[in-house]
Formats: sequence, C-alpha cells, structure tokens
Amino acid sequence: MRPGTQLLSPDLIDRILREAFHLIMNPGVRVGSPAVIELLQDAGVGVRDGVAHLPELLVLRSIATAPKSFYLHTRRGEAVVHYGGDDVHFDPGSCCVNILDPETLEAHPAETRDLVRIVQVAEALPQFAAQSTAVVCSDAPSEIGDLYRLFVVLQHSAKPIVTGSFSAPGLKGMIDLLAADSGSHENLRAKPRAIFDVCPSPPLNWSEFGAHNLLDLARAGVPAEIVSMPLAGGTAPVTLAGSVTQHAAEVLAGITLHQLACPGAPIVWGGAPAIFDMRTGGTPMGAVETAMLNMACAEVGKYLGMPTHGYLVATDSKFVDAQAGAESARSALLGALTGINMISGAGMLESLACHSVEKLVIDAESIASAFRLVRGIEVRGETLATAMFAETGLSGEFLKLKETRAWFRDEQQLPSAVIDRSARGSEPPSDSWTRARARVEEILEKQQAPALPSDLLRKFQAILDRESERAGVSKLCLTY
Amino acid sequence: MSQQLFQDMRQSIIDGAPERAASLAQAALTDGVDPLDAINQGFAAGITFAGDQFGKGEMFLPDLLACAEAMQSAVKILEPEMLKRGSQRETLGKIVLGTAKGDIHDIGKNLIATILSAHGFQVFDLGTSVTPERFVAKAREVDADLVGISALLTTTMAGQKAVIEALDQSGLRPRVKAIIGGAAVTAKWAAEIRADGHARNAIDALDLARRLVAKAGAA
Ligand code: B12
Repeated sequence: MRPGTQLLSPDLIDRILREAFHLIMNPGVRVGSPAVIELLQDAGVGVRDGVAHLPELLVLRSIATAPKSFYLHTRRGEAVVHYGGDDVHFDPGSCCVNILDPETLEAHPAETRDLVRIVQVAEALPQFAAQSTAVVCSDAPSEIGDLYRLFVVLQHSAKPIVTGSFSAPGLKGMIDLLAADSGSHENLRAKPRAIFDVCPSPPLNWSEFGAHNLLDLARAGVPAEIVSMPLAGGTAPVTLAGSVTQHAAEVLAGITLHQLACPGAPIVWGGAPAIFDMRTGGTPMGAVETAMLNMACAEVGKYLGMPTHGYLVATDSKFVDAQAGAESARSALLGALTGINMISGAGMLESLACHSVEKLVIDAESIASAFRLVRGIEVRGETLATAMFAETGLSGEFLKLKETRAWFRDEQQLPSAVIDRSARGSEPPSDSWTRARARVEEILEKQQAPALPSDLLRKFQAILDRESERAGVSKLCLTY
Repeated sequence: MSQQLFQDMRQSIIDGAPERAASLAQAALTDGVDPLDAINQGFAAGITFAGDQFGKGEMFLPDLLACAEAMQSAVKILEPEMLKRGSQRETLGKIVLGTAKGDIHDIGKNLIATILSAHGFQVFDLGTSVTPERFVAKAREVDADLVGISALLTTTMAGQKAVIEALDQSGLRPRVKAIIGGAAVTAKWAAEIRADGHARNAIDALDLARRLVAKAGAA
C-alpha cells in the first residue's frame, strides 16, 4: 500500500469545482492577449472588455482533451519523469535572483558560475529527476536572461528541465534551443525534454504574456505547467478553501485557453499557492498552511485526473539553518504523500528569492526520506518474522542473517554524509551546514559536463546570436 | 468636550470603523470644530498610532487597511469645509509610486503606499507597469517631493533606470528625489543608476522617505 494523505473530502472538492466553474463565468477571467481572445471568440466564448466568461461545458471539454499522463525525457530520449498518477519527482526551485555565498553568508546576485554549481550538484543527485533554470545570471544581459540560463543548463545537464520564459517573444528562442538539443522540433514534440512554467496573475487574470505563452507552447507541443499563485488574504480569499477555489478557477481557465489552441497538448495542473504574511506582505513558502494549499490544489487536479505540480521544499529563512531544514523537510514529506508529480522548490531560501547549493544537498536528504516514506511498509519473504526467528532462535543474531544482508538496503534509506548518525569520537562533531559544504565540494570535484558535439554547440551559439540581435544586446562570447 | 471628541476620533481610526469616523467628522462640523484640528488632533493621531503598532508587529495589514479606510471616510467629510476655510492639511511630503514598466508585482509597492500614507505622506499611486513618461507627468502635476519605483524582475529593473533618466531630463531632479526597491535591487544597482536611495522593506522605506524630505526641507 502506498501511504497517502487527503485534506479534502470528495464533497468539498465538488463544491470547490462548482464555485470555480461559477467564477470563470462570473466575474469571468481577464485575458490580456488579443490572439487568445480571438481564439476564445471563435469557440463561441463571450468576451467583454477583455474579460472572458467561460462556459462550464467548454472547460469540461478541454479537461477531456488534456492528456492525463505524459513523460519528460533525458537528452538521450529516456522517459524518466512521469507526469500522471501518484508518481512523485522533485526539481530545484526556479528563477532565483540571488545566491547565498557560503563564505560570507550573504545573498548576492547570482552569476553563471553559481548556476553551473547548482546544475552540477542537481545532476549528480538522483533525488532530482529534473533540473530547473534555477537562477537568473546577472552577468548576462537581462533581455535574454531566460534563454541564457536554459543554455547554461543544457550545457551541463542531460536531465529533463523545468523552465519558463520572461516574455512572449523570448519563448521562441528557448523552444528553438530545445529543438536543437533534441535534433528537431518534431523530436522535441515527440519526446519533450523540458516543461515551461506559465503563471496567471491572481486573481483570475491571464496576462498578455502568460496567455500568449500558453498558446505558443500548445502549438509547439512543448509541455506547459500552470503555476497559479493565489496568496490567501492578499491576492485571493483568506480562507484556504477559498484560495484553492480561486486556484482551480485560474487553472481551469488556463487549460481551456491551452487546449483550444491545440487539443491534446500536454498541460499540468500546477501552482505555487501560499498564504500571505499579515505583518510583512510576504509569501511564507515554508508555512504549513502553504503546504496545505499545495496539497489541496493538487488533490483537486488529481480528482480531475490531471498531472500535478506544486511549490514546496522551500523556506523563508535567509540561512541554511534549523528553520530552513524543518520547513523544507516537512513540506517534502507532505508533497510526496499527496503524490504531486513534480515538486519544485528545493534549494530555495528567502521566499523564492535566493538559492543555496548547500541547501540543495540537505534538501536532497529530506527528499530521499520522503521517497522512503511513500514506498511504505513492504512485505518480503513468506513470513514477516517467523522464518527469521526459525534461523536465529532466541540468539538475537539478526546481523548474521542472509535476509539482513539482502534486504537492509531496501528497508533503510541510507543517507549521505550530510546526515550525522555517528557516535561521538575523538574528532569534534560537525554541524549539517559544514557537512553540506563538504558534500557540495565533493560532488563538484567529480562532476563533469556532458561532452556536447561541436555542431550542436554551434547551433546553440547561432540561436543565442539571433536572439541577442532581436533583443538589441551585444552578442555573448561563449566559452564552452 | 473636544478632548473627548478627539479621543473618540482617534479610537474610531484605531478600531478601523469608517462609519463611526464619518459620523464623528460630521459631529465636528455641526459643533463648529475646526476640521484641521479634527484631523490633526483626532483622526491623524489614530493613524499614527496604528502605523507604530504595525511597525512593532502588534497590528497587522488588514487592521492597517481598515484604519486607512476609516481615515479616508473622515477626511472626505471634512474636506469641503477645509476648502471653504482655505486651510490645508499638512503632509510630510508627496510621493508618486508605481511599479516599473512590465512589472505586475505590486504587493511591496502597495505596502509602501499604506505605510507612507499612514505616517503622513500624501501618496499618488500610479499602479503597475508605469512608463517613465507617466511617472514624470504625475510628479510634475502634483509637485511631488519623491518618486518611488518598484521592480521585482531582473528584466524590469532597467525600467527604474529609465524613470530616473526621464526625471533628470525633465529637470525635475534633483529637486524631486527618486527612490527604488524590489527583491533584486541592491545598493550597487541603486548607485549605478544614481537613485537617491533604496530600501529593502517598508519600515526602511519610511525612514528613507522621511530622511529625504527632511534634508530637502533643510536645504
Ligand atoms: C508574489 C510573487 C508573484 C505574484 C505577484 C502578485 C502581485 N500582485 O504582486 C505573481 C504570481 C503574479 C508573480 C508573477 C511573476 N513572477 Co513573481 N514573485 C512573487 C514573490 C514570491 C513574492 C513577491 C512579493 O510580493 N513579496 C512580498 C513584498 C512585500 O515584498 P517586495 O515586493 O520585495 O517589497 C518589499 C521590498 O522589496 C521593498 N520595496 C519594494 N518596492 C519598493 C519600492 C520603493 C520605492 C522602495 C523604497 C522599496 C520597495 O519594500 C517592500 C515592502 O517590504 C517573488 C519572490 C520574492 N521573495 O521576492 C517572486 C519573483 C519576484 N517572481 C518571479 C517571476 C519569475 C515571476 C514571473 C515572471 C513568473 C512567470 N513566469 O510568469 C511573473 C512575472 C509577471 C510580471 N510581468 O511582473 C521571480 C523573479 C525572477 C527574476 N530573476 O526576475 C521571483 C524572484 C520568484 C522566483 N524565484 O521565481 N509573482
């Protein structure tokens, strides 16, 4: 039995969906993109003053055409990330502006070398099924910052990638880069390597940029992940149930726009819902209520059979300290128990503003524990204990049993050296921060970038040059 | 008698009770109390108290917004009489606020607006995704002391620079001071675009704004 958890009763989910369907009809959903409005009008949707009033039937039809399961692939085309069912995967948080400097303990604007460190560490850790474009590099022109960080990840990783674009025109370059990596646009469509986060703006607003991204991604057949971020009490109803309802309405609207553009294109019921801090106006990503919102939103998506995503394993602390560990580990467990297909956020500090490689390796341990937990209690052998007692009698010599040797690796999740279970010895004990730093260095020493064929690198370079020109910035001098 | 009235006014704001504040304002007019006294000794005392409590973490954003709403409803009733008497409410200064072009993150900006107005600044909030031209036009129109530009995205931070350049070109700077903030804003960036200051949270922003208007007043 896979252990799970459920916050919402089927009755409550029904109510949430009923109200969500009501909301997208009335008051309706603001849609910023003229192209998308046209698409909606062609489908018979009433749009007045930029507000679309979506009928339930059309939305249900879109849910029906949206795939309930699909895969992301490695560079070599292996299907390793399964969106669907209760399968759980984790990726590092995306798009931070800062990185925590382990020497000075200050957060400073991230640069290319910081992104490379994050990607190399995430590449080595099996806990991360996918990479993310984790930080924005302040040493590259911001106009093509989204494209550039994807390029850096492609250079250093073979894993699937969770990414996102910063502007409607920027998306094309990113898709071209991925198509080059996959060999062609057809290959990318057949075996997508990346998924794009696309965000509505709470409440009930699909901006020009967000709506247009959905349209372009659907048409390119590249998976999209709707990251709706209601902030309970700030940009959404203060009640958790009310925020889950707004989330459902925003995602239902997004799926409808997306499926109208291309029925059957892969799309994920995702989000980064959070509560709203009533003292600071901040978004407490580590709060238990934020985890509850992510769980409940995913439960609604699952009820509709949709693949799911959430934002967990992040903290509001500025350091990799006890708060960071407690908040991140707790939400990793809760997300895994819920069976959320992709859980983003590991490595993140300061309410999604700052990344830390050291936190990433600590979070990897929490994630390993979460995977262990959802594997549950397994039954091995004919009897549970009788056969083993038949061998040992009352001697207590279990350590000698062949079963012990054969099964302990499956029964126990063996942590890395980041977790201290040692007995106190002559060396002074270390704390987890110190051990995490050592582990990062150890991984980086061994990690090597995949060797990319030079013609692929030339294609990347050509796309970057073209996009630099489009954005009006000087060409980047790339070092491979 | 007025002392009790002022005390009730102050309390109506602290309680965030717009109807009570409005009827107290009406009572003041009926009794011939100077509307400026009603504001300064009554209602404004409440909002200052609320702002302080918020700073100490004893009051919360929904409380503060309710206080601001109560304040507005009182001022609305007193304003016509003040106009008639030609008296004007003294404010700490005028600030034009908005988010940089292309940026819809407005929670931080809204918070700054709430805190600054709770502490006696007159705030002109232009909302989100504001062009440099609109910042300049509004600053000129209201004779602003400060312009505040919020940007949370690395892609929209260039917009902060554009506003400062536009303020320079319009000749409004250096008299009008430009201040900036947002998740990715650093001291280095503020210096690079020659902002008059930056702040990382609302309380620091209040200090900064106070300092800048005090300096301008002293000069
Ligand atoms: C909430 C949020 C959103 C909400 C915003 C809702 C709203 N109405 O504002 C939504 C979901 C809409 C959103 C959308 C997006 N977001 Co966003 N968002 C955030 C988040 C989590 C919190 C921001 C916030 O409100 N903080 C709370 C307030 C109180 O703090 P604050 O804004 O920093 O303001 C304080 C100070 O900075 C300062 N201050 C601010 N302004 C000013 C101005 C002056 C004059 C002064 C003196 C001081 C000052 O004082 C304020 C009060 O304390 C941040 C992460 C973070 N921690 O910053 C990401 C973040 C900023 N977003 C990010 C991104 C990428 C996006 C999107 C592009 C996502 C997408 N792919 O669609 C879109 C952009 C849309 C757009 N064009 O603007 C990235 C930015 C990455 C980058 N390098 O630029 C961040 C860092 C998160 C991340 N890691 O992905 N986002």
